[in-house]
Amino acid sequence: MRPLTEDETKTFFEKLSKYIGENIRLLIDRPDGTYCFRLHKDRVYYVSEHIMKRAANVSRENLVSMGTCFGKFTKTGKFRLHITALDFLAPYAKYKIWVKPGAEQTFLYGNHVLKSGLGRITESTNQYQGVVVYSMSDIPLGFGVAAKSTQECRRTDPMSIVCFHQADIGEYIRGEDTLT
Amino acid sequence: MATVEDVLESVTQKQASKYKTIEVQKDIEPQLDLGNLLTVDQNPLELKKFRADKEAYLKSQARDNTQLLFNAIWKLPTERVEEAICVKLPETTTVLPREKPIPKAKPPTRWEQYALLKGIQKRKKGRMVWDEESKEWRPRWGYKRANDDTKDWVIEVPGNADPNEDQFEKRMKAKKERIAKNELQRLRNIARATKSKVPGVGLTPTEKPSKEEVGLALHLAKKSTASLGKFTEKLPKEKEAKHVGKKRKFEPAIGDFKKEKEQQLNIINVMENKKPKLDITKAVNRVIIQQDQDASDERRKRGGKVKNRRGPPRKKGAGGFGKKGKAGKGKGQKGMGGKGKGKMGKGKGKGKGR
Repeated sequence: MRPLTEDETKTFFEKLSKYIGENIRLLIDRPDGTYCFRLHKDRVYYVSEHIMKRAANVSRENLVSMGTCFGKFTKTGKFRLHITALDFLAPYAKYKIWVKPGAEQTFLYGNHVLKSGLGRITESTNQYQGVVVYSMSDIPLGFGVAAKSTQECRRTDPMSIVCFHQADIGEYIRGEDTLT
Repeated sequence: MATVEDVLESVTQKQASKYKTIEVQKDIEPQLDLGNLLTVDQNPLELKKFRADKEAYLKSQARDNTQLLFNAIWKLPTERVEEAICVKLPETTTVLPREKPIPKAKPPTRWEQYALLKGIQKRKKGRMVWDEESKEWRPRWGYKRANDDTKDWVIEVPGNADPNEDQFEKRMKAKKERIAKNELQRLRNIARATKSKVPGVGLTPTEKPSKEEVGLALHLAKKSTASLGKFTEKLPKEKEAKHVGKKRKFEPAIGDFKKEKEQQLNIINVMENKKPKLDITKAVNRVIIQQDQDASDERRKRGGKVKNRRGPPRKKGAGGFGKKGKAGKGKGQKGMGGKGKGKMGKGKGKGKGR
């Protein structure tokens, strides 16, 4: 377990800021306690200070997880956000997509969101902007990347993709073994 | 009748006239550099005297200046050294020009540091040594030196040596290794002095290398190929080298939390600063939308005045505005993308012109 180096922090924050922008500050500087990011076996964990101190007493091979896993660094040094980060992305998300009840199921199975399944979308979303996907009843379902900007979404045909799937809560079941 | 006083006076006068006066009168004080025994006289020449008799005038000037110099020298503290009065000259004040600056003192080598520490003095050894063999004086080192073992014309093969080994060759090789070692040490000293990085070789040839040294030499030899040892095969019983490569240093897991927070916030700030605050496309879109809005408002007003209006203007206006807005945005985007951020004015102009 170690803190992130500067380069790693930069990569990580860049990825995060695609979804929550400036609000990363609220994750770092919390009024209700000191929380920190720690790297363990290439995964980034967001953990409160006192839990982290307890976890420091566990040896490296035996420690499985601590706090919340935000994602992991791949072998080539890129950062990949996991679905477990959704709890922290959803409240601070800048751009949101609401999905119709009929299209929820298909998104939760890992498919992209088509225009026919698109309920609402925040105004002035840029193309390839990181978005959080909600159901119509405001339950966060996962996150993705906007395939088209808001304006373009209005004009395209119903079978075109409006949001690329990145992670959904169905992964908790599908990827049970790999998530920590 | 000459009185006693008259005689005495004449004697003193004669004596005085023998030696010229030690007092010299000058308008501008000449500059004296006692360290160099130098007097620089900047008084202007008296042209009349100079033209009358050049040699005599110059000689008198030189004499006066030397007198002044000596007056100054006599003022310095004197000491008696073996029946002569000596004076220690002070440091020179004139700066002599140099092509290169005065060289810096070299830092002491490892041996010199050790010798200082232990108090070992250098003992000067003579160059020539008496060589018993050739019964003559030979240099201790260098060309035609005494006791040169590479020049033996017969060498006894020791009992435990391989009979096929060339003993002469062995001695030559040992000599070459010693030379190489010396050269390495010399270069290392220089590198240490100039504080440049020395690769951690640790492979100075030794008589009996230890197991670790042999292992290290093996691994270094393996790596010293053009592809850095990627394609050299492993020997059957070769062990992986431990502790190779640079050790990365990380912050401790439970470090200073405040500092960590600060660092992270700094990174965020830098990221924010790098992003352009003004989203060009958004700004351009807003302007275009505003213009279209104004245009449609005007059309509606005009349309209101004319008797036959052509259908509900609002929807059309909205649709038109939407389309125009889209088209405008497209063009605006292209314009921006093409010409970059700095030329927003031009883009604006383009939008207007269209």
